[in-house]
Amino acid sequence: MSLPVRAQTALQAFSACPGWEQRARLLMQWGDQLTPLSDAERCEANRVQGCESQVWLLAEHDGAHWQFRAGSDARLLRGLLALLLARVNDLPASELAQLDLPDWFTQLGLARHLSPSRSNGLQAVLTRMQHLLDANDQGAARH
Amino acid sequence: MSLISPWRADFPGIQALAAEGQTYLDSAATAQKPQAMLDALLGYYAGGAANVHRAQHLPGERATRAFEATREKAARWLNAPDAQQIIFTRSATETFNLLAYGLEQSFQPGDEIVISALEHHANLLPWQQLALRRQLKLVVLPLDQHGLINLVQAAQLIGPRTRLLAVSQLSNVLGCWQPLDPLLALAKAQGALTVVDGTQGVVHGRQDMQALGCDFYICSSHKLYGPDGVGLLYGRPQALEQLAHWQFGGEMLLHTDYSNASFRNAPLGFEAGTPPIASVIALGSSLDYLSSLDANAVSAHEAALHAELITGLQQRQGLRLLGTPTVALASFVVDGVHHADIAHLLTEQGIAVRAGHHCAMPLLQGLGLSGAIRVSLGLYNDGGDLQRFFSALDQALELLQ
Repeated sequence: MSLPVRAQTALQAFSACPGWEQRARLLMQWGDQLTPLSDAERCEANRVQGCESQVWLLAEHDGAHWQFRAGSDARLLRGLLALLLARVNDLPASELAQLDLPDWFTQLGLARHLSPSRSNGLQAVLTRMQHLLDANDQGAARH
Repeated sequence: MSLISPWRADFPGIQALAAEGQTYLDSAATAQKPQAMLDALLGYYAGGAANVHRAQHLPGERATRAFEATREKAARWLNAPDAQQIIFTRSATETFNLLAYGLEQSFQPGDEIVISALEHHANLLPWQQLALRRQLKLVVLPLDQHGLINLVQAAQLIGPRTRLLAVSQLSNVLGCWQPLDPLLALAKAQGALTVVDGTQGVVHGRQDMQALGCDFYICSSHKLYGPDGVGLLYGRPQALEQLAHWQFGGEMLLHTDYSNASFRNAPLGFEAGTPPIASVIALGSSLDYLSSLDANAVSAHEAALHAELITGLQQRQGLRLLGTPTVALASFVVDGVHHADIAHLLTEQGIAVRAGHHCAMPLLQGLGLSGAIRVSLGLYNDGGDLQRFFSALDQALELLQ
């Protein structure tokens, strides 16, 4: 399965990461690179429910590929979102459906952020992403 | 000199967490347990389990005696006149629901239930939903700048339509004792029932039901160094008589045929089904343990720890305390830094504190905050725990600011 270039960069950086401070700095750097969402996009409809921090997730489909955009008011979560997007964006839809995202965060040494504890937003983001994909599949099946 | 807890060694959980590199400062969520409680839990199961209040056989009699002994101990702990005034439930939350359903028939449309702005969701939602079911008005008492219920406004808001006042003794977010005496007096002057949420308060110092004079007092075992799965309800006899039965099933009845039934009075009439037997018995051991401690020494230790916590927090640039915490815990935010980011970096450094809305969403909204960090203390915490917390907080803020 193909690893997008951004994902390869992330994997190299995070797997070489010696400690929590360096990891936090990297996460913040990645978060700073997220394309900011507009005020209109930071709306209730795009809001990911179940996060204690505010998180928004948008999905666009051009026929062959999914493009996701995301934002949060919490910096480190923005970093986690950037790492998620680096893995999923630009993939063919068929590959995206096969993707093991928890494994992706495990490879990055960030598996703990997928804990079922409710204060963590990342699990809710993955669930929301899956819902968006499923809704599109059902929409396509109806046409 | 660093503060030492002479009781830390009695709590295997706090030591195990420390050995794992975890500094536990979240006792307001749930407390670690003394060895005596763990022994009781194992002792009950290993010695032979049996159901209570049912069988005449020896294991059943032994379990029932131990179970009822905890009722006596809980009554003594709360200075309740009679053990029959203590009802065991499965959580404090269930206890609030018991009251909201058990008292439902006492309300007429237009009656008022008064709570305060700082209530935990457990002391908000059962009343809010009752108000919606019965067309009642839910009145919310505002707070002053320190986080105390505003007595001037309370005197105006508690009125002739007030049928019930339900307030927290000690806020799980703001960490200050509420002015219960004047509040209860205001409610009683209107003939209203009084409910006190003692979930946090019962953990910090001895509470005296006879001195407090409320109709109902609610607390939970797991915050009081006991097992989870047990809530407690104390009620004055006249108040308990007003409760309608709400959960139906085994052992809460006197007689039944297929069409009709008659039910027991409190407490057993409100303990339908098999209760959390092992947990109730083990709670008795936690209470024995707590009773064996020098209460003044515990209070002095907790006060010294809390003072050190507040002093340290106040020294941090840009840090803002929520209200004026005086006991047990402190919640804070840091200007320009998201609470989730602080929580993230404290977690990375093995500091177990709570972040978020603390089950008090409307309170946080009222303060204009999406969340806060809460540090809460148990009697086993020591100065070293606070030093590790502050050092981690400084590192986190250095990265984030």
